[in-house]
Order: sequence, then structure tokens, then C-alpha cells
Amino acid sequence: MAKLYSECPQKQNDLNPKEETVDFLLSYSKALSVIHCNNLKFEALQN
Amino acid sequence: MRHELITDAVLVKNYMNGDENALSILIHRHKQKIYSFIYSKVFDRDITEDVFQDAFIKVIKNLKLGKYNEEGKFLPWVMRISHNLVIDHFRKNNRMPKFDNSGEFSIFSVLGDSSLNAEKRLIKDQVECDLRRLIEELPEDQKEVLIMRMYKDMSFKEISERTDVSINTALGRMRYALINLRKVIDKNNIILTN
Repeated sequence: MAKLYSECPQKQNDLNPKEETVDFLLSYSKALSVIHCNNLKFEALQN
Repeated sequence: MRHELITDAVLVKNYMNGDENALSILIHRHKQKIYSFIYSKVFDRDITEDVFQDAFIKVIKNLKLGKYNEEGKFLPWVMRISHNLVIDHFRKNNRMPKFDNSGEFSIFSVLGDSSLNAEKRLIKDQVECDLRRLIEELPEDQKEVLIMRMYKDMSFKEISERTDVSINTALGRMRYALINLRKVIDKNNIILTN
């Protein structure tokens, strides 16, 4: 059977963010806290 | 599978009440859809990763600040944030176009740093120093013409006036100065290149 030389379009099967990105977001969420003070909200990022 | 039983709205509420695990479930539940959505617009893995991250940073901030009030519409909300960030990305790129260096044309073949690096500068200094010493070995009249021409940047007319000789004599002295320099360089196998 004749070979097909036409290029197959690359399939993007694994369209998922990197594990590090997700880990970073979860850590960021844990580090971020909102402080309420006299109707004001302050963001605080703990390292 | 157990996670699917809990709706987004409940997870969002739990997260806003301090349950960090709820966010993890939300991200894992929707990451593929959101990531694909961004990728379908920008067609670049790295940019998609950045936009995805920025989108969720916004999501986290808004939820923690209690600004979210679209219960039951979590995914469309994140999609809209992502969409806005994609637009921001393209706007920013229009203002400052990015050079893609992956193609045949390399921008670095056009742009170059013409200044010498530390090593080349040292070599250059050494070469110039050696050359100075060789020039010192030349006969006085030749040395005088060569220094005036090369180091003082004088014209042969000015040199001839200064040294009280004809232009042809000055030219001849310059020629012999160069011939003699080459001879000494060849004889002693001196390498004067950078």
C-alpha cells in the first residue's frame, strides 16, 4: 500500500497545565490571606 | 469520582469559608477546559501556562476578597477572566511585538554586541602594546611618519610640512616603515591578530 506522506496535524491531547503551575496556585492560595479591618480589606501574602 | 458529587457552587462556598482543598478540586476539575480554551487563542504553550496562572491568581484573589457572586457559574466566570487576560496579552504584544527566534531568520545575526569581551580586550591591548614596541625599533624617520599618520591621524600633506620633506618622501617612508614592520613580524613569528 502506498505510503501517505502528508503531514498529520499535531494532536494536542494533553492540553493540561503543568503540575508545577497547579502546585504554585495551590500554594499561592494557602499563602494569601485577607485581613478585614474597619470595612477595609487587606491582602497579605505569607511566605 | 467522589468530587463530581459536589457542585462548583458548593466548592466555591467552601473555599471562601477557608477550605483550601475545595480550590484544588475546582482547579483539577476545570483545568483542561480552561487550558484548552486559552491555548486555542494563543497557540503557545508557555503563554497559555502564564495566562492560566494569572487567571487563577485573579480567581483566588476575588474569591478570598469575597467579590465573587455568580453562584453556579464558576466555569464561565473563569473563562471570562481568561478571555480578558488573553486580550490583554495580545494588546501588550501589539505594543511591543515579540521576536520569535525559532524560525530560519535569527535576530541575533543582525543585532550584535560590537564591544569586545574581556578576553578580546586584553588581547587587543597586548597586540597594541607589542606593535608599539616594534614601531620603536624602526629607523627614526620612518617611525616619525608612521606615528603621525596612524596615531595622530595626520594627512601626508601635513606630515610632509611638519617634517620638511616632500609628500612622496613621506609616502615612501611610510611604505618602508610598513615593509620593515612586516619583516620584523615575519622574522620573529609574532602574531598580531585578535
